[in-house]
Amino acid sequence: MSKVDLAQFHKAFFEESLDGLDAMEAALLALDEGSDDPELVHTVFRAAHSIKGGAATFGFSDVAAFTHVAESLLDEVRSGRRPMDKAIVELLLRSGDTVRDMLARSMNGEPVATPESQDLLAALSAMVSGGTAVPVAAVAKAAAADDVEGWDIVFRPFDYLLKTGNDPARMFRELEALGPLSVTCDAGKLPALDTMDAETAYLAWTLHLAAPAKKSAVEGVFDWVDGDCELSIVPRVAVKAEPAPVAVAVAAPGAAPRTTRESAANSESSSVRVGIEKIDTLINLVGELIITQSMLTQFADGVDASQLELLRHGLAQLTRHSRELQESVMSIRMLPISTVFNRFPRLVRDLAQKLDKKVNLDLRGETTELDKTVLEKIGDPLVHLVRNAIDHGLETPAKRSASGKSEVGTLRLEAFHRGGSIVVQVGDDGAGLNRDAIVAKAIQRGIIASGEGMSDDAVAELIFEAGFSTAAATTDLSGRGVGMDVVRRNVMDLGGAVAISSVQGKGTTFTITLPLTLAIIDGLTAAVGSETYIVPLVSIVESVQLKPDMMRSVAGGGELFRFRDAYLPVVRLHDVFGCEGRRRAINEGIVIVVEGEGTRIGLFVDELIGQQQAVVKSLEANYRRVNGISGATILPDGSVALITDVTGLVRMQTRRRAA
Amino acid sequence: MAKILAVDDSASMRSMVAFTLRGAGHEVEEADNGQAALDTARGQKFDLVLADVNMPVMDGISMVREMRAMAEYRGVPILMLTTESNPEKKMEGKAAGATGWLVKPFDPDQLLATVGRVLG
Repeated sequence: MSKVDLAQFHKAFFEESLDGLDAMEAALLALDEGSDDPELVHTVFRAAHSIKGGAATFGFSDVAAFTHVAESLLDEVRSGRRPMDKAIVELLLRSGDTVRDMLARSMNGEPVATPESQDLLAALSAMVSGGTAVPVAAVAKAAAADDVEGWDIVFRPFDYLLKTGNDPARMFRELEALGPLSVTCDAGKLPALDTMDAETAYLAWTLHLAAPAKKSAVEGVFDWVDGDCELSIVPRVAVKAEPAPVAVAVAAPGAAPRTTRESAANSESSSVRVGIEKIDTLINLVGELIITQSMLTQFADGVDASQLELLRHGLAQLTRHSRELQESVMSIRMLPISTVFNRFPRLVRDLAQKLDKKVNLDLRGETTELDKTVLEKIGDPLVHLVRNAIDHGLETPAKRSASGKSEVGTLRLEAFHRGGSIVVQVGDDGAGLNRDAIVAKAIQRGIIASGEGMSDDAVAELIFEAGFSTAAATTDLSGRGVGMDVVRRNVMDLGGAVAISSVQGKGTTFTITLPLTLAIIDGLTAAVGSETYIVPLVSIVESVQLKPDMMRSVAGGGELFRFRDAYLPVVRLHDVFGCEGRRRAINEGIVIVVEGEGTRIGLFVDELIGQQQAVVKSLEANYRRVNGISGATILPDGSVALITDVTGLVRMQTRRRAA
Repeated sequence: MAKILAVDDSASMRSMVAFTLRGAGHEVEEADNGQAALDTARGQKFDLVLADVNMPVMDGISMVREMRAMAEYRGVPILMLTTESNPEKKMEGKAAGATGWLVKPFDPDQLLATVGRVLG
């Protein structure tokens, strides 16, 4: 009957709930570190409370039921009836994970309750009514009330009750939540229809609640109408007190649902929350642009030479505003890296606990902004580096004090701008890379023949080789089947680079350099026949015009050319992309030397046109994936140019040579 | 139709309330905590205030107390929208001068029915 579709508010509810869970987690971690700021407990309570209210309103009853119990526990802490201890923090942290998981499931329309959530719910319930921390594995359902088996209630509202906004039907619904309810209505005071006032309460009720609910819970329903009605609440006592049924104790939920946040993050990816000031700037700029544009349009009516200066001025203004508008639009895609860093306090805490290490996490530059696409993809590599640092980098407290260091290791995550790039560093003050172990392993794996004469940097680089792992025994933390080679490849896919520096005994620092944005690239335009291709400037080493005597042919039809002191393969773009080039002879065209994944090749094109910024349009979204092409862009004359995927071209060439 | 102030820190809840009430022809202003509500209320006159209890900056109960101290809001009905299960809190709200309460969860129809009754 309602015309309001509640589904339209679901997205807002999910978003604010995930924010609430983040705030809750941050507060819990602060409490875990021993802070006694009472505001922290309030923050946690408010988050649980809001999620419960929203979940119930928008129809996510499992989430509401779960958070209700967590909230009850928090209420006991908030009102000083129990102290916030480590066990509660731990339980609430896991509850946060579970709620996040439940929300993600709700969003995807999957069944919400899982064995893990049931276990945790049981543990929370036991804690609420039990009074002490009960390890989850040993949970039995708490005994309900003493020997009360139900309640008899007589409720006779005074005639003005409805005007206070209190609705008996609602109160009955609340009672019903406590157990089976039977209602008898006394309509004796109901007047004749023509004299009845819809705003006056005439009815009275006798209710029976057939459940051993707590007295406070039953009374709670009528709290607000106290004084506005006649009320009696009498317990019905059982003849024979039966023990409360014992719930099944369930397996220890050792694996907290860690994947949940990722799936939640994925469903979020379709929207960006933008600071209002960014939108304001945008609106202002569009305004300016329109003013300039209308000014220029006026010139169309009779331009004379005296106005040329004004026209030039107008065009310059138009150019400047367009550029600012572009930057401003780009900034909408930028989000602070704190959205990624936020997951680390929890991760580090859990890992350190598991490995019996002491770690102080130092986060810096959290407000540094990155392109949303980059942010989404940089999380996993960073998690991998952080895991590695705690697992392999930082030593145990005993080892640290033996070598004269503080027992507590430091893990530093820092983001900052450098030139046109964003730099993210993961550094630890641990043992540093073990040169001998790396060399031995690399020899064993057949990556190198001997470590002699290799610089420390060159040795460090070895850990990025495929299939490399120095852990003597693979722990379940870092050894997840992916190595540093995957980290490097992920970063490279984002157009970035990873470097490592390590000092034995002092620590290791990984430095990831990332482009500011993926949506605009600086490129070199080149012509091949009637087509135009764009080669990203970052991949270009040099462009050269070759002479025939610099060439060498190899078996299988491959062409090599001499570049500095190496021979590099020539990749003819007209062959790769199947178009008709205007130049066939090598000395007539131009070779662009590019580098991808550390390998150089020469791209043969007809001629170079110039350098320009290109707004990257997805080819997959509009057509399909094409090997060697990373996207398309629109040229100033309106035609389409394809953007070459240098890494892809290098791989194609490597494969061809191997075949 | 009435002029209503909806106060809740949860944006989804607030927009649901506002959307529902606007759909019924009411004029609705929104505030995301008690202090913001007081700032909005000052200098204008609302026929009804709907306020959440647990909010950052200033909670709903303190807001009611402050509002009742303002001459122009002494007689304006204030309904608490709440999931609050703590009986002491409820009594505190009542003592502060709240007119009544609407327990969450409620659906749009229940909200309109209650608002209709309170406005008379």
